[in-house]
Amino acid sequence: MFTASLEKIGGITIRLFKSCGRLFLFFIRGFINAFILPIQFNKIIDQTWFIGAKSFFVIVLTAVFTGMVLGLQGYYSLAKFGSEAGLGAAVAMTLVRELGPVLTAIMVTARAGSAMAAEIGVMRVSEQIDALKTMHINPVRFLFTPRLIASVISLPLLTALFIVVGILGGYLSGSILLGINQYDYMDAVIKSVDIEDINGGFSKSFVFSVVVTTICCYRGYYTHLSSGFGARGVSLSTTNAVVQSCIFILIFDYIITFFLV
Amino acid sequence: MTAPLIQFVNLKKSFETQEVLKGIHLSIYSKEITAIIGKSGTGKSVLLKHIIGLIHPDSGEILINGEPVHLLSRGKIKAFQKELSYMFQDNALFDSMTIYENIALPLVENKYYKKNKIRDKVMDHIKELGLMGSEKKFPAQLSGGMKKRVALARALVTDPKVVLFDEPTTGLDPIRKKNVHTMIKEYQEKFEFTAVIVSHDIPDILNISQRIAMLDEGIIQFEGSKQDVLDSQSTIVNAFIRGEEALAKK
Repeated sequence: MFTASLEKIGGITIRLFKSCGRLFLFFIRGFINAFILPIQFNKIIDQTWFIGAKSFFVIVLTAVFTGMVLGLQGYYSLAKFGSEAGLGAAVAMTLVRELGPVLTAIMVTARAGSAMAAEIGVMRVSEQIDALKTMHINPVRFLFTPRLIASVISLPLLTALFIVVGILGGYLSGSILLGINQYDYMDAVIKSVDIEDINGGFSKSFVFSVVVTTICCYRGYYTHLSSGFGARGVSLSTTNAVVQSCIFILIFDYIITFFLV
Repeated sequence: MTAPLIQFVNLKKSFETQEVLKGIHLSIYSKEITAIIGKSGTGKSVLLKHIIGLIHPDSGEILINGEPVHLLSRGKIKAFQKELSYMFQDNALFDSMTIYENIALPLVENKYYKKNKIRDKVMDHIKELGLMGSEKKFPAQLSGGMKKRVALARALVTDPKVVLFDEPTTGLDPIRKKNVHTMIKEYQEKFEFTAVIVSHDIPDILNISQRIAMLDEGIIQFEGSKQDVLDSQSTIVNAFIRGEEALAKK
């Protein structure tokens, strides 16, 4: 009984370490291929369009409402201390340091990350990845590298968009709806945000872009090893990709914040 | 007789606890069509995937032009693999690409030729395989027979020296099956490539192959010409040729 339990724990641990090793090697292979000529311009542009441009409206919509909620909650909390004028600073700092990068990464995971995992997963179970190998095309370079580069380009830009739109959302609820002086709001925004805050936010965004793309592409690429074959395998790997990406976004958020503070 | 191009020596392969290949000895000769026949699930596709390097053996050897693969340099292995082409059982076409893009992919990605030459080459294959008018369509918009032809075009577009066909006629009606077999034979004679075909299509496959090998119970039970197959006294071979499962078991 005891030996069986130990064997089970050992088995799980070995699988976990193997999976981590495979994930790391997968990332390294994709990363190295980003520097090998010829640069895959067309595929990078296609993926930037898909990951970045096509996420525009989702990000704007999420950012507006996030900013408005922050404005609303912040106003009533600050009003208790008679500090409504600091609303702009509260909204801007929250968006730049935390919510902007985190929510953007989560929205990109939901919209583009899931699609990456599903598309690559389908390619795996229908032998399209094997077909690439038989055509002497490096599948990691072909499938993962352009997505990795496109995410690194897109996510910080989407984060910037999220922050700007979020601040405008806060302005909408704080100044237009609740009557805070418009000058005070914008002045607080400008005065409160330092370049270190912006650098910190974008550092997070850069790390999240690597984390999300690596996990989602890895899950799709190794669908057959972790989730099985067929439609069920693809659906499981897509779900795992989204869940694990979100968890790792929050874990890395904590780690980066710990070092930045 | 010339030395075999590819040779399997006591090749073994297992998946978890299931031993699929139990010691394969097989020779494939240059510029010939070799058919690997046998019941479903006997490991024919597994054997074929060893040639192109998608699967690696647990033990035994694969010899290329008489040299064991494990002794060849990486460059030599790559050079040999570049001469290979593979046609998958379920075609493995890229469903988000058009037919033209599917066929052109190996040429575009490997930068074999300039853009215009690639276009000419792809269009030649599209014409020869009767796919005109389909080049802008997606695989999902084609019939099973047309998809097979696209897969065949993609396998041949790089002018390979060895083409591996994994059940190229699965899911086709008898007329289309015959067409695909005729097409393989014609192309093989025209371009003089070495073909290895995994198939169940008796007697069609016997008519186009110079050499036939029968895989059963994890080993090659028989190897020879069409006449050797027909003259064979082996119960297993005779039962398979006549499609009699029960007799094969005896």
